[in-house]
Amino acid sequence: MYISFTDRVRREPSAGRRAGKVSSVVVTLGVVSLLTDISSESVASILPLYVTSALGLSTIAYGFIDGIYQGVSAVVRIGGGWASDRADHPKWVAFGGYAVSALAKVALLVASGFAAVAAVITVDRLGKGVRTAPRDALITVNSDSGTLGRSFGVHRMLDTVGAALGPLIAFLILFFVPTGYQLVFIVSLACAVLGVCLLGLLVPGRRPRRERAMLGEVPVPFRWRGLFQPQLRRIVLAAGVLALLTVGDGFIYLVLQARSPFAALWFPLLYVGTNVAFFLFAIPLGRLADRFGRARVFVLGHGALLAAYACAALPVGGAVVTVACLVLLGVFYAATDGVLAALAAQFAPRDSTASGIAAAQTVVAIGRLLGATGFGVLWFAAGREAAVLIVAAALAIAIPLLLLVLRPLSVAERTGVAA
Amino acid sequence: MNARARTTIAVGLSVLLLGGAAAYCVSAILGYQSRQAASTGARSAALGTHAGGERIVFRSTTPDADYGLVASVPARAPGAGRLVSGTACDRVYSEAATTVCLRTDRGILTTFSANLLDDAGTTTEAWALPGIPSRARVSSDGSLVGFTSFVTGESYATIGFSTATRIVDSDGVDHGNLEDFTLLLDGERNTAVDRNFWGVTFADDDNTFYATGATGGATWLVRGDLADRTLTGVRRGAECPSLSPDGSRIAYKKNVSTTGSVHWAVAVLDLTTMEETMMTDSRNIDDQVEWLDDETLLYAVPRTDGVGDSDVWSIAADGGGEPALLIEHASSPSVVRE
Repeated sequence: MYISFTDRVRREPSAGRRAGKVSSVVVTLGVVSLLTDISSESVASILPLYVTSALGLSTIAYGFIDGIYQGVSAVVRIGGGWASDRADHPKWVAFGGYAVSALAKVALLVASGFAAVAAVITVDRLGKGVRTAPRDALITVNSDSGTLGRSFGVHRMLDTVGAALGPLIAFLILFFVPTGYQLVFIVSLACAVLGVCLLGLLVPGRRPRRERAMLGEVPVPFRWRGLFQPQLRRIVLAAGVLALLTVGDGFIYLVLQARSPFAALWFPLLYVGTNVAFFLFAIPLGRLADRFGRARVFVLGHGALLAAYACAALPVGGAVVTVACLVLLGVFYAATDGVLAALAAQFAPRDSTASGIAAAQTVVAIGRLLGATGFGVLWFAAGREAAVLIVAAALAIAIPLLLLVLRPLSVAERTGVAA
Repeated sequence: MNARARTTIAVGLSVLLLGGAAAYCVSAILGYQSRQAASTGARSAALGTHAGGERIVFRSTTPDADYGLVASVPARAPGAGRLVSGTACDRVYSEAATTVCLRTDRGILTTFSANLLDDAGTTTEAWALPGIPSRARVSSDGSLVGFTSFVTGESYATIGFSTATRIVDSDGVDHGNLEDFTLLLDGERNTAVDRNFWGVTFADDDNTFYATGATGGATWLVRGDLADRTLTGVRRGAECPSLSPDGSRIAYKKNVSTTGSVHWAVAVLDLTTMEETMMTDSRNIDDQVEWLDDETLLYAVPRTDGVGDSDVWSIAADGGGEPALLIEHASSPSVVRE
């Protein structure tokens, strides 16, 4: 497959910006993420098999490990962003996060038993939590502010390729050697180590605050208060509300599975469909965000989620509906994941980029956790389809309202005025 | 270090690490395949061998070409004469002429299935499973089949701990997911969304069955009625029940840990007196127990010297005896009585 990172389509002559390529640093960061995602997703995809069939642990043990996997990274995210801004060393904070995850893969080779595996997974996720915001800050500092959405699109596309390749490689190994868990762990370790090395070697250790100071800008010391300034607050508010109405792919897959024999047959693989759509739409939607307004694309991207809910609640269930639903979920991620980072980076206080991104991402992570929990209750109270329809209705009301809330930001994006 | 040197090192490291990992994988795969090729030939036995007497059907976990294949030994001489079939299962249970085989269908797109097999090992019915296989049972006359799998996808798709348990007729009639049955706990109807069921065992009347039900963090031994489609809570804290051949007692695993972690011990409940007897094995037993006869229990315990390898142990069901190693390199035992 040939992937062009060059903007071939007509360039905006009026923009007066460095048009064209996405920085090679962003591509390198994408490759680092690709390798790291191969590493973590190859392990994650076989973890249930490994824990239950190889280690002989039970279902409940697996549920517990899975909970760790989902929950841990959100907590340390803010800390990673803060450390990055505080030290003015986004590269090395991110490096630390990647290195911790790589070390966890070493420990996985010797870990046996439930406690050891759970500890290793926790450490791995801690690393992910720490590195995400500084890594996104690095993407920001190495990108032209006018094409930030596209930069994040390129990064998220590569990231998703890794997330899709990981399980593929893992299951391919198990296909040849049914007990080849150690082989998967070794491949995972090799990819993790290479990712860390490429980051250390090829990504320049830029220090955003010092660079701006040398250009004569007065450094803005980090203040938690800075994260509450009006524009960023609006973004975080909107992202938080929308996250509350995001019920989690797992539930959507379950609804599909319950009504469509096709979805039931392919249940363990539905996430692949979502990933492929995410991969295909990450760059186009990132570019659309740069032109049409990141705030708008972020909010309207939830329209795809709304459509996915509608699809899942449709009284007909078949292959077409299932596939449409997966594509819509992928579009939703492509229109929101990288775009939110770009949006937060753009409106974060100067010299607090990583913290701003971390704040938005943490609120989204917590919001989704609450959303999924609340949806579970609703599912029980109102029934499967009704629960989906209720959340869909709430989302249909929230989208136009939040478009209004974020309107001042769209204007600011247009005129290039960012706080 | 200049940019050129960095790039050179990066390229070198990429070749070294990715090439090394690939080479290691290829050599491991070739080694595995040559070991496979070296020890074929023994796998000619059909599923129904050792007929004419009681036999124990199990999943072989010897770390060689027989790994994962269904095997059997005579129940009265389990140490000798292991016959290995060509059928691979993750979890297997045989009774009369019906065998249920839960399987991971490996491939680039890995899926899971439950299969009914005849004595020749031919699949007669199959159902897709929503995740990794867990437990399987067949009623004593071979007419009812129950199987449990996890509901798992990949980490993007997980929704926490969830299981799906189905009961089907061996002629293909589907009684559905136990989550669609009416659950009665302490006399009240329970409709909680977090209900999960696993580990079915059948009584001889082909209507009554027992299973594990879980909701709100508690596990229950539930008694099911297939005709009424109800599940009634019998007792808390009992998982993966197994009815004795005479139907008078139920063996199950029970969490006896006083800390946050889980430690399962095996217990036997007398259904007449409702008296519980604990087995003396101090190891963590995570299996659905099988009855060798009315006095003896069987279960698998993971070996410490190999990942994915276990042994089948036996213990007296009265709580007085010590566990004894019965079949090495084996899991998922089922006793076929003729």
